[in-house]
Amino acid sequence: MSTVLDVKGLNCPLPILRTKKAIKDIAVDAVLEVHATDPGSVKDMEAFCKQTGNELMSTAEAGGVYTFQIKRKG
Amino acid sequence: MAVNGKSMSIIVTKGSLDWAYPPFILATTAAAMDLDVTLFFTFYGLTLLKKKLDLKVTTLGNAAMEMPMMGGHMAMPNLMGALPGMDAMATAMMKDLIKKKGVASIEDLRDAAADCGVRMIACQMTMDLFEYNQADMIGGIEYAGAATYIETATQCDINLFI
Repeated sequence: MSTVLDVKGLNCPLPILRTKKAIKDIAVDAVLEVHATDPGSVKDMEAFCKQTGNELMSTAEAGGVYTFQIKRKG
Repeated sequence: MAVNGKSMSIIVTKGSLDWAYPPFILATTAAAMDLDVTLFFTFYGLTLLKKKLDLKVTTLGNAAMEMPMMGGHMAMPNLMGALPGMDAMATAMMKDLIKKKGVASIEDLRDAAADCGVRMIACQMTMDLFEYNQADMIGGIEYAGAATYIETATQCDINLFI
């Protein structure tokens, strides 16, 4: 069971800002699933997770929607 | 000190609608990535700390500016940009695009910056120079000068001038 964050239609930097907010609200080791339409978010989620130490478990794309699964660390 | 020990400072010198974006986008994103962030607002950048924002964009002296229009892009010759009403038109077009493309407003980004603890410093000299009143500025900011910025910058991993 993961929490879902919908940032479809939002542009840089909102997907990252909303992700940061949402990840603070879930438990450590819980998973946040983010749905975005910003193509830049593919690289940005990677960089965000690398910098914050959270784990980007998967990235997928279907019909112009990017789905990221991020596990909260620390 | 930030969680990961990294930090960034930006000197914000410009206060038009287009130039307001880079500092606030970078500041909020860096804060979201656990960096300590300081923004130092000086000269025209200081207007970005006013309670009431009325940001505009101009085509004048901005030869690379082009707006998407009817499937193409439209640029504005400088001579036409000087005509009355052109700045208002360009500003309206830009704000319309911002809304349509899901780009945050500067007001929203500034609120987000304050929420996530971005330190904002208003240049006291510019306050005096342009006769700004602290009552006209948002709360939660500091008033200081170059020495404060330099002291902060010596401790930052990233220092930018925008």
